[in-house]
Amino acid sequence: MSLVSCEGLGIRLGGKTVLDRVNFTIDRGEIVTVVGPNGSGKTSLLRAIIGAVVPDTGRVQKDPALKIGYVPQKLHIDANLPMTVARFLSLPGAVGKKAVADALAQAGVPDLASRQMSALSGGQFQRVLLARALLEKPDLLLLDEATQGLDQPGSAAFYRQIEEVRQALGCAVLMISHELHVVMSASDRVICLNGHVCCEGTPDIVASAPEYRALFGTGTMGALALYRHDHDHHHHHHDDGQGHDHGHGTDAPSEKANEDA
Amino acid sequence: MATGLMHRLKRPTKMLDDFLVRASLAGLGVALAAAPLGCFVVWRRMAYFGDATAHAAILGVAMSLALSTSIFVGALVIALLMALTVNALSGRGYAMDTLLGVFAHSALAFGLVAVSFLSGVRIDLMAYLFGDILAVSRGDLAIIWTGALLVVALIGWRWQALLTSTLNTDLAYASGIDPKREQLVLTLSLAIVVAVAIKVVGVLLIAALLIIPAAAARPLSRTPEGMAVGAAVIGGLSALLGLRAAFVFDTPAGPSIVCVATLLFALSGIFGIVKRAT
Repeated sequence: MSLVSCEGLGIRLGGKTVLDRVNFTIDRGEIVTVVGPNGSGKTSLLRAIIGAVVPDTGRVQKDPALKIGYVPQKLHIDANLPMTVARFLSLPGAVGKKAVADALAQAGVPDLASRQMSALSGGQFQRVLLARALLEKPDLLLLDEATQGLDQPGSAAFYRQIEEVRQALGCAVLMISHELHVVMSASDRVICLNGHVCCEGTPDIVASAPEYRALFGTGTMGALALYRHDHDHHHHHHDDGQGHDHGHGTDAPSEKANEDA
Repeated sequence: MATGLMHRLKRPTKMLDDFLVRASLAGLGVALAAAPLGCFVVWRRMAYFGDATAHAAILGVAMSLALSTSIFVGALVIALLMALTVNALSGRGYAMDTLLGVFAHSALAFGLVAVSFLSGVRIDLMAYLFGDILAVSRGDLAIIWTGALLVVALIGWRWQALLTSTLNTDLAYASGIDPKREQLVLTLSLAIVVAVAIKVVGVLLIAALLIIPAAAARPLSRTPEGMAVGAAVIGGLSALLGLRAAFVFDTPAGPSIVCVATLLFALSGIFGIVKRAT
């Protein structure tokens, strides 16, 4: 059976439908990427999978023995909470020194064990989060925009690390990202989400799907639309003018319709 | 506090030893329980929550006096109800600190009004507001240490899960931990600490005993465990030195303990600044 399967998943937050009748599965060893604009329910899907939100409709079925390694979007550690890297890696399960060293090496940051979490750079911090997720010996690694705040080379290096880890551990990877090009090439399957599943398939199929283009291929939109979406979706790479007819447009109503969808 | 030390000193020497020993043990017990809980109060920014729960306990005291039950039980029940109510109401249209502001002060006010109805009973209200550590009986001591050990055991048992939930609730969910259940552990512990600390420092200063030792331990610690142990040591030291100061200067014991804790906080803060500068 699949590691996780969602059927007819619906989530409402604050009276707003975030996810509507979403079907989703991920199998052992698969790399699946979820892409979608802000407010498209990507994070809600992930939170439903880990059990942090209870779906209003539909259900989430998980393999009973499923172990999840979760790398959150960002993790704020209160300044009043002293925490060495080694200590952090022993949460929630206590692990030995050797395991800590191995996990850090696997995540590409071998010498950080005795450092304070607060003293890490953004890239180091994300790798330590990855190391912690790896220590759970996950069947499924969940990455929620794990490279947010990293520069382009940093996030590329991070995703190469994920590739290596996946090859070493054979775990499935489910990631949410806005860095489409880096991520999509590494994925077995891409799901384009905007409240519902717009389209789904191999990276090539999704990249050329009209629904995907409708969301991401903005072409020569007005400056405002470009700006508002660019930081999320790298529209300028699709600057070939094919996207307008499906685009969310520069006019406010259709923009809003998309956000609300 | 109404019965000062000097007054008590007129009693025979053996008696003096006894009540000072009991007071010290009571202070140490509360410091021990307050240390790990206080760390979580600091990490989770629940300081005001601790205050509100403690203030509500005065209502519990009034009710216990009216019903002639143990004030530990009354304070425990009301503190728990208060904490659960605030927990349940938070995120339903009011900001947490607004809710706490309403509950903390109204509970105190209702408590004080309720006490005033008990005209038949002579109540030394000050003893409940500021504590009366020198009047701790053997029975009180048993209750304080039972409560303290219960809290330490509870928090020790849930330590890893509590820490994980404190870091990030989604991280906890992903590891199969329910952060809401862990929150209940803290809520229950808080109510117990409030109930056992009333005798020692009184409802107005309980939050101080939670927060100040933990905050003082922060610059000296590298790990969460180190901070909890440090808070216990600093809290215990504050209790003993505070009692000593109360003895020497004939000052009220509970507030003296808090004053010593604050001095230790200042010292550790200076140490932290110096350490960072070098």
